[in-house]
Amino acid sequence: MSALLQVEGLSVQFATDRGPVRAVEDLSFSVAAGETVAMVGESGSGKSTAALSLLRLIEPAGGQVSAGRILFDDVDLLGLSSRQLRGVRGSRIGMIFQDPMMALNPIFTIGWQISESLREHLGLSRRAARDRTIELLQRVGIPAPEQRIDQYPHNLSGGMRQRVMIAMALACRPSLLIADEPTTALDVTVQAQVLALINTLKDEFGMAVLLITHDLGVVWETAQRVVVMYAGRKVEEGSVSDVFERPEHPYTRGLLKTARLTDDRAGPLVEIPGTVPNAFEMPHGCRFAPRCAQAFARCEDGVPPDIKVAVGHDVACLLAERAP
Amino acid sequence: MNAPLLRAQNLVKEFHTGGRWSGSAGVVHALSDVSFDIEPGETLAVVGESGCGKSTLARCVTALNLQTSGTLLIDGQNAQDLLRREPLRFRRMIQIVFQDPYASLNPRRTIQQSIGDALRLHRMCKSKEQRDAVTALLERVGLSSDYLGRYPHELSGGQRQRVAIARALAVQPRLMVCDEPVSALDVSIQAQIINLLKEIQKALGVAYLFISHNLALVRHISDRIAVMYLGQIVEIGPADAMRRNLLHPYSRALFAATPEIGRDKTAATPMLRGDVPSPINPPSGCRFHTRCPIARPRCAQEAPLLRELDGRQVRCHFAEEMLPAA
Repeated sequence: MSALLQVEGLSVQFATDRGPVRAVEDLSFSVAAGETVAMVGESGSGKSTAALSLLRLIEPAGGQVSAGRILFDDVDLLGLSSRQLRGVRGSRIGMIFQDPMMALNPIFTIGWQISESLREHLGLSRRAARDRTIELLQRVGIPAPEQRIDQYPHNLSGGMRQRVMIAMALACRPSLLIADEPTTALDVTVQAQVLALINTLKDEFGMAVLLITHDLGVVWETAQRVVVMYAGRKVEEGSVSDVFERPEHPYTRGLLKTARLTDDRAGPLVEIPGTVPNAFEMPHGCRFAPRCAQAFARCEDGVPPDIKVAVGHDVACLLAERAP
Repeated sequence: MNAPLLRAQNLVKEFHTGGRWSGSAGVVHALSDVSFDIEPGETLAVVGESGCGKSTLARCVTALNLQTSGTLLIDGQNAQDLLRREPLRFRRMIQIVFQDPYASLNPRRTIQQSIGDALRLHRMCKSKEQRDAVTALLERVGLSSDYLGRYPHELSGGQRQRVAIARALAVQPRLMVCDEPVSALDVSIQAQIINLLKEIQKALGVAYLFISHNLALVRHISDRIAVMYLGQIVEIGPADAMRRNLLHPYSRALFAATPEIGRDKTAATPMLRGDVPSPINPPSGCRFHTRCPIARPRCAQEAPLLRELDGRQVRCHFAEEMLPAA
C-alpha cells in the first residue's frame, strides 16, 4: 500500500547574504489517503517551509529543494514542469494559509476568486462556476452566500475570510489539503468553528489533511498522526495517542509538559531552558542537545538516527530504545 | 480599611470612527461601565477575544488613552489629577509590558541605553551607578551583563521580552500591566516568561494586571479573573471559584473552545455560532445574546447587571442554571 503523499529525505535551503541556510534537513514522512497528519513545531522548526516546498511555493522567496523526493500519488512533484504543477495546485492539492487577508486578492470579489479555480481546473462556464461557488460558500457556513459572493475580502471578518479560503481550497475537491496554521490568526471560539468545519469536510470529501501548527491542543483534537519538528529536523513521529501518551524525545516531552497546564498554582510552570539555535550556528549532532537535560557526549558527535520505538512511532534520539 | 492599589470605577471608553470622509460616523463602545479593584501584590487577569476591550483597558489604566468617563484611583488618589500634577510619579507607579517586544524596544539603542534611559529620566540612581543598576536589573530577569551593549535585533523574542520587563522594573512600579506578554512567543519560551513574572512578584510584591486571551493559562497564574465580552465584564471573581466552575455562558464557551491536550475528543463541546458582533452597534439587551446557547427573549430586551452568585460576580439573567445541581 502506498501513501497518498510520501516525502523522502527532503532538504530545503535558502540563499542569504551570509550563505545558504538549511531550513529543512532530511525530512521524511507520509500522509495516507483520508488521514490528518499534524506537523508541529516552534518558530524556526521548518514546518511551514516544508509545507510550502511541497507545492514548490518557496521558490519566489529564494528557497530551493536541495535533496529529496515528494511523491504525490507516486508522481514526484519535483520533476514536474511548472505547467504540470499548476494542474496539481488548487486542483488535487488545496492549500490554506495563516493569514487569509494576505492570501486573498483585495481587488477581486471573493466569488471571482473562488470561481477562477473552478473555471481553470474543471472548465466550468461562468454561470455554472457561480452556482457552484454559492454552493461552496453555503457549505463552509457563510450566511447569505448570494450576497456575499459579490463582496470583497475587506467586507468580511477574519473567520469569514478563512472560510472563503477553505471554500477556495476545496472547490475542486482535492485529495490533499495542506493547512498552514489555518487558525492561528483567529480567536479561539472562531478557531473551534473552523477546525470543526475542516474535520467535517474532510470526512465528507474523504480527503487527507496536512495540518501545520504550533498548538499541541489543536493537534490532540484534530489529528491522527503527528510529526514533531525541531530546528529543521524531525525529532519524533507517530500516532497522536502514542506520542502524547508515551513521548520519547526529550523535546517532545518538554513541549507536552509546558503545554499541559494544570490548575496547580503552587509550583512554577515546566519550562524548556534556552532558545532555538541560530540557523547559522546549528549544533553538529543532535540539534536539541544544547537544551537537553539528558544530553551526553555522544549527542554532539552526529545526527541521531531514527529509532523505531513501536510500530509507526519513530524517535531521533540516542536514548530511545528500539522496540524488540 | 486600606484603599486598593488600583480602583477602576465605571470606566467608559468610546472611540469615534469615520465621519468626515467615509460618511459613516460611528462610536466604538470599547469599554462600557468597567469596574474592578486590584490589591497590592495580586494578579488580576483579564481575558477575552479580540474586540472585547481588554487592550483598551490596559491602555486606559496606564493613561496611554484617557477614558471617556469613569474614574481610576491609584492608592486612593485620582489618576488623572496625579498624572497632571506629577506625571513621572504616575509612571513610576504603573508600568506596562507589551505583547510585541520587537516593537516596544528602540532598535537603535543598546539594551543598556534603553534601560538606562528609564533610570535617568526617573532619577532612580546616580549616573555613575547606572551601569551597575542596569546589570542588576538584567540579572533579575535572567540575562547576564553580556547583553548590556547589544541591540534588540541581536536578541531572541524571549530575551527581548525579558529586557522589556527589566525596563518596566527599573522604576520600581507597584503595578505592572502585562498586555499579552507571552502571546508572541513560542510555547517553550512562554513558560520561562510566566515563571519569571511569578518569581518577580514573589520577590518584589508587584501587582499585575495580566491581559490575555488564554483562559486556561490565566487560571494557572492569577488570583482573580475577569472575563470580558464586547466592552463589558461578564464574569469576575477569585480564580479558585472560577476554577471550580464558570457561570457565564460566554466564559464557558471560551474555556471549552481552547483546545486542550488529553480532553475527551468525543465529548461534544458547545460551540458558539458566528463571530463577535461589532462594538460599533453592540446587540441590545445582553450583548452576548446573539451567540448564547441559552438565550431567551428576555435577554434581547433587558441588559443584565453584574450580580453576586456563588462567590463571584456574573452578568447573566440565567446564571443559576449553570450552577452544579445541589
